[in-house]
Amino acid sequence: MFPSPLGSVQQLYIGLFDTGILRVALFESLERIGFGFLLALLIGGLLGVLLGVSKLADETLGSLVIALQSVPSIVWLPIALILFQGGGGAILFVVVLGATWPMTMNMRMGMKNVQPILMRAAKTMGYTGSELVWRVMIPAAIPNVLTGARLAWAFGWRALMAAELIGRGGLGRTLMDARDFYNMDLVVSIMIIIAVIGLLVEYFIFSKIERRVLSRWGLSTAS
Amino acid sequence: MSHVTIDHVEKTFPGGKNTQPFTVFEDISLSVDAGEFVSLLGPSGCGKSTLLNIVAGLDTASEGSVSINNAQVTGPGADRGVVFQEAALMPWMNVKQNVEFALKKQYSKKEASARAEEYLKLVHLSRFLDSYPHELSGGMKQRVSIARALSMDPEVLLMDEPFGALDEQTRMMLHKEVQYIWEKTNKTILFVTHNIRESILLSDRIVLMGTRPGGIRKIFDVPLARPRDPSSEEFTALEHEIMSILEKEIEKVMREEMGDDFRSKKAGLLYNSNSNMGDHI
Repeated sequence: MFPSPLGSVQQLYIGLFDTGILRVALFESLERIGFGFLLALLIGGLLGVLLGVSKLADETLGSLVIALQSVPSIVWLPIALILFQGGGGAILFVVVLGATWPMTMNMRMGMKNVQPILMRAAKTMGYTGSELVWRVMIPAAIPNVLTGARLAWAFGWRALMAAELIGRGGLGRTLMDARDFYNMDLVVSIMIIIAVIGLLVEYFIFSKIERRVLSRWGLSTAS
Repeated sequence: MSHVTIDHVEKTFPGGKNTQPFTVFEDISLSVDAGEFVSLLGPSGCGKSTLLNIVAGLDTASEGSVSINNAQVTGPGADRGVVFQEAALMPWMNVKQNVEFALKKQYSKKEASARAEEYLKLVHLSRFLDSYPHELSGGMKQRVSIARALSMDPEVLLMDEPFGALDEQTRMMLHKEVQYIWEKTNKTILFVTHNIRESILLSDRIVLMGTRPGGIRKIFDVPLARPRDPSSEEFTALEHEIMSILEKEIEKVMREEMGDDFRSKKAGLLYNSNSNMGDHI
């Protein structure tokens, strides 16, 4: 009944290389988070730029974004299941909703915090309007974009797991299936996979990009 | 024919609900000849930087107008290169890219690259083309900023206390460098400073500005031959003359900040027993 360390490792091996159920589930989850994450970066990024540039948008949509941000995205699942007739669309919807808002808020903050002197300098070089946004504000906001992306990933990953527990396919569903069979070893092995994915993404993607960006932007002393 | 014409310019900040409208300066007229080096000197708050910003097009005049080569200034443009007190370099670009950034609008990629290298060479930074701003010292950053402004081949170079944030040694080096650049490029330079010595050392003319009401107090010609020696008699005589006028202006500013019984000559309010006045109320 209780999981054993050896049993968990065994289940991990069987699931990944023997029967392949974990492998299939893993790839399904990765596909969802990958697609959802990119979509959230795109939507959140654009929305953040809009909020950062337009005062009108910030004063109207801004508080709406904060309101939406405080709703845990899994709460949207019942509506999403109806909206998308169940299935993968609903889960993707929840992931995107979970990941978009932190990206939006960080992008917005990055745009707002651009040093005014950089804008003034660019203006004296003949840059105007949208060029200032693309060439000065957005590049200057990159460190914030990175923070936003990191949070977006974390929120999206949590939303995905929660949605899959209730929904269909992926690691979350497999977790529930394992529980239904009282296979606690398998439950723990899936949790290990979830943790390892988090670790790998942190070390091999975010940390690396962050180190490079921060040293180039002159924000860290450890370069 | 004058190159930069400042014609009866006034700057007033409109009053809000609880504030009175505030006039920084009024009726300022000045014409600067081509190739002339003119300093705007004054105490803090006299609006010298505001005036420069109006010439740069970053700020608008409430009254009057500014024109460059008889073309009225309506906004910022590449015909006026600006060097700010902070270097204002884009932190994500290396030195060369920062200079090229100023050139992208006017020149092809190849020309921009060549020009960037040429002007960075002028400020002796050829070895640092690939460095990022955070890797440079304050003086080097300011040199990049100067190269960036010059590379656009502006009609006028506007410098807003460019060496104010630097240490004395670096400033002395940059004074030499600015003189060398000015002689070599023959640019018209408008230079804002609060440092009397700096203004005498560099400029052909010094425009002394005052506060309340803000405006031009006096314009000094500097007839000394270059390179100028700060220890020479003429230099110190001029320094004293300017100081005597500037002192009154500074006193006015200090009184506004510290109260009416402030006297710069008598060690000031801080050490006066009157500063305790009202303590026992």
